[in-house]
Amino acid sequence: MNGFDFGSITGASPILFQGLWVTARITLTAIVVGILWGTLLAVARFSSVRLLSWAAATYVNLFRSVPLVMVILWFFLIVPQLMHSLFGNTVEDIRFTSALVAFSLFEAAYYAEIMRAGILSVSRGQLNAGLALGLSRAATVRLIILPQAFRNMLPLLLTQAVILFQDTSLVYVIGLSDFFGTAHKMGDRDGRLVEMLLFAGAVYFIISFSVSQLVARYHKRST
Amino acid sequence: MISIRNISKYYGQFAVLSHCSAEISKGEVVVVCGPSGSGKSTLIKCVNALEPIQAGEVVVDGVSVTDPKTDLTRLRARVGMVFQHFELFPQMSILDNLCLAQVKVLKRRRDEAEEKGMKLLERVGLREHARKYPGQISGGQQQRVAISRALCMDPICMLFDEPTSALDPEMINEVLDVMVELAQEGMTMMCVTHEMGFARRVAHRVIFMDQGQIVEDASSAEFFGSPRSPRATQFLSKLLSR
Repeated sequence: MNGFDFGSITGASPILFQGLWVTARITLTAIVVGILWGTLLAVARFSSVRLLSWAAATYVNLFRSVPLVMVILWFFLIVPQLMHSLFGNTVEDIRFTSALVAFSLFEAAYYAEIMRAGILSVSRGQLNAGLALGLSRAATVRLIILPQAFRNMLPLLLTQAVILFQDTSLVYVIGLSDFFGTAHKMGDRDGRLVEMLLFAGAVYFIISFSVSQLVARYHKRST
Repeated sequence: MISIRNISKYYGQFAVLSHCSAEISKGEVVVVCGPSGSGKSTLIKCVNALEPIQAGEVVVDGVSVTDPKTDLTRLRARVGMVFQHFELFPQMSILDNLCLAQVKVLKRRRDEAEEKGMKLLERVGLREHARKYPGQISGGQQQRVAISRALCMDPICMLFDEPTSALDPEMINEVLDVMVELAQEGMTMMCVTHEMGFARRVAHRVIFMDQGQIVEDASSAEFFGSPRSPRATQFLSKLLSR
């Protein structure tokens, strides 16, 4: 072994970019779906309909109590059958679809807890003020409570997004070629695994650290 | 206009309100006072059903507030309310605060709502602050905005829940002045307040509460001249000796 050789990275870069794109798509989908679905779950937990609040609480507690890797595997095993029964023929890239579903549903549980804390951070008087103006409860929550909850929780939502971005690498268990998976394969192919994984680690670090710094700066300014 | 008929409210065994009755006719200004924990804020919140009650009935302008079939949003849109902690919406500009319910509830056009909002801001002397956010103005100014927000809905009556209690002393008068003006214009008002100067000046009647009960309901001249109940006498002497 004559030292490190990072030369193979340049050659593999188009494929690495494809991998990064897969990672980005899973991350962004899970953030958007996770926050929307998580917000609905958080609102449901405050519902006076017992069944609804119970169902939401059960969902959140269930997903928060199992390892993510297992969830990814479960959905890999369930989603193809689900797709088959829903759409007849199988979807072309089942691994990617199942990863999207798994991450969205899993992250929703975490986002639900963040949004629940956010809703609790808005004073009860705001709800009364909305109601007193003649807005319905639903309209008050949507127009007055949730925007404030979201703003109060923005740093936590972004921090969760950073964790999610790193966790997407777990799709290796279903053999999906995300950024980490691609780097691993290319390193194997070129016999430069250590260099490739160091490089992949550096990319994860730079992206995660930059976002964290942005969050910290935002937090400092807003407090 | 507002008719409170023998209402009671409990938290478990504890009676927050017991057998309270009061009538407020159109154009009347009624001040509700009493020691803290006497149930006066709860009483006023029952008028627009922000607090549910277990017994009795509240009727506002012929509409039963306590009837489960009543469309509460429609009723609340006609009853203005001002809160102790202002409760302006912090993520919206002052003007948006004033327009929100006009557009969403009364279905006014945006430009109509803005025009109305600006007119009412002008009235409370805050026209130049329309584009600011609630956090950028003082407490007294926020409360004046809150009053104009309620007035934007063309309310049939106004409820004030300790509107000056959270204010610095030097800001109390700017809010009271707006309220006095409103009272003099003939607005039906129900005010929970400790401002006895305000009560003396504009209130037609004073309701005194203690331990969830209406202990005294008298014209303000009577109340300040010779309160009948010993508890009201005691309360007044404490307030005046401050």
